[in-house]
Amino acid sequence: MDDYSIGDIQYDVLKEVGNIGAGNAATALAQLLQTKVDMSVPKVELLDIENISSILGGEELIVAGIYLTLDGDINGSVMFLLNKDSAHKLVNQLMGLTGDTGEEFTEMEFSALQEIGNIISGAYLASLSALTNLKIQQSIPYLCIDMAGAILDVPAVEFGTQGDKALFIQTRFGDQESMEGYFFLIPDLKSYDKILKSLGF
Amino acid sequence: MDGNYMDIMIKVGMADLNTAIYPNALTTLGLGSCVGVVLYDPVKKIGGMAHVMLPDSTKIRNNENKAKFADTAIDLLLSNMLKLGASKERLIAKMAGGAQMFVLKTELDFMNVGKRNVEASKQKLKELSIPLKAEDTGLNYGRTIEFYTENGELVIKAVGRSITVI
Repeated sequence: MDDYSIGDIQYDVLKEVGNIGAGNAATALAQLLQTKVDMSVPKVELLDIENISSILGGEELIVAGIYLTLDGDINGSVMFLLNKDSAHKLVNQLMGLTGDTGEEFTEMEFSALQEIGNIISGAYLASLSALTNLKIQQSIPYLCIDMAGAILDVPAVEFGTQGDKALFIQTRFGDQESMEGYFFLIPDLKSYDKILKSLGF
Repeated sequence: MDGNYMDIMIKVGMADLNTAIYPNALTTLGLGSCVGVVLYDPVKKIGGMAHVMLPDSTKIRNNENKAKFADTAIDLLLSNMLKLGASKERLIAKMAGGAQMFVLKTELDFMNVGKRNVEASKQKLKELSIPLKAEDTGLNYGRTIEFYTENGELVIKAVGRSITVI
């Protein structure tokens, strides 16, 4: 595969991969928070690189990005993005805090967010690994709270070295309180091939 | 000029570039590891901005988009500005961005694309003999920049930091 040119069947396969991974991740999140967590049908999108930075609703939107690199049979990265309010809600719920959420994140909240990212990514990747029989190792979680455009430079650069398009498997999480998170699986070109081949496509 | 005119803020997207003549201004939002390079002719009040994503077009097979790479973007920006009547001898440059958003423990220095973008842009400016007057680069946070053709000021905004002007 020279570029991210994919057909209808591949789209459906990747969507299903995203669906199963995200289902597992949503369950993990629900257990962690002891609440109900909904998730959307995953979107598989081939985007022009210049549009990546605005996918979350604006380059200057402040988001928390949790980023892990992947190693083993699959190379690439995963990124879990939450807007700032959702990140505060998620941490408060996890830590049993109520009331006013400060503007800034404390060190403890920072660390809790990293752990949430770790658990969600772990659940997502575990199901991907079981489905494809591929070994996937994930790095420790890295956290950054900043403008969406700046954080999304990271996947944009990864795709940018290969072409002008980026393939995202995107899933939205949320609960009754309209908490929103996005999960992106960003394998490199070879790894896409491996995922599809391992599933017989 | 009467009071009815509106100066336009021209948005430059990722891996893109554009030019502006006074009273128009240029902006690019949320620079992370990308670098915003601006060129300015103070006499003609012509400005140009490139949102550079990667350092070197010669290392990449798929390199048609000239605005994406430091080397080809600055060449193209220069040629577009000369077409508008800017003088190469008068041009000055400024730049901002090139941050490292996630500082990975396993990452080696040469993998820091933000730093490489800054270095490659400086190298290109040196080759073209365009003096770099000011920069706000590196560190680990995102930047939005606005470039004013009236006076060549580059305004830098970042989350939780005061506005800087270079």
